[in-house]
Amino acid sequence: MEKKRPKNLNLLTIHFPLPAIISILHRLSGVFLFLLIPVLLVGLSMSLTEAGFDSLHQGFNTFYIKAILWAGLIPFFYHLVAGIRHLLSDVHVGDSLKGGRRGAQLVLLVTIVLTILAGIWLW
Amino acid sequence: MVKSVLGVNHQGLRDWVIQRASAILMAIYSIGLLAYIVMHPGLSYVEWYALFAHQWMKVATLLVLLSLLFHAWIGIWTIFTDYVHPYALRCFLNFMVISMLIACFFWGALILWSV
Repeated sequence: MEKKRPKNLNLLTIHFPLPAIISILHRLSGVFLFLLIPVLLVGLSMSLTEAGFDSLHQGFNTFYIKAILWAGLIPFFYHLVAGIRHLLSDVHVGDSLKGGRRGAQLVLLVTIVLTILAGIWLW
Repeated sequence: MVKSVLGVNHQGLRDWVIQRASAILMAIYSIGLLAYIVMHPGLSYVEWYALFAHQWMKVATLLVLLSLLFHAWIGIWTIFTDYVHPYALRCFLNFMVISMLIACFFWGALILWSV
């Protein structure tokens, strides 16, 4: 049988659909959050002693620690929002092709909004 | 149990259910805690300590830590199964991760114990 299907190997025109990018970022943010577990526990343990609470409090007033906290919140917000989208598709909300794309756009939008809000709250 | 530790005896449906149940618990807890922090600007040490001194808060936090352990384990196991093909290396990585997660759970429990 002769193969007559068109081939497209132009990498400039091949790209992942947005839901696929959303999915891989969900994975990636999950790995980040996994690595942050010990950091979170150190923070919790510090915050529950008076001296530790004070030094955390002082730390959060310095720019770069605020920036690190803000950066750490991005994978958290993303993973949470993308996870909620996942749970919604489990109950068949937005699991059509169109709905999946719309949901993927919403995930990005909500994450950006939450990140901006967190930034406003921090500063 | 040994097979499960090595990460070769995963049951799809059980993992699926645990991943979702733990996700819901962690989502409720973290949104609740974030709301508490946002609604208490200038939170003092006394208030924060008192929050974690409640028995129900300790139980809720432990439950969330346990959820985190299972959730992270299933997630990392899936990633290793997808990308790390040499069997011995995958077993080793799975062993390291599960040890670390269980250690973190006990660590968290000890932190709460001290409150």
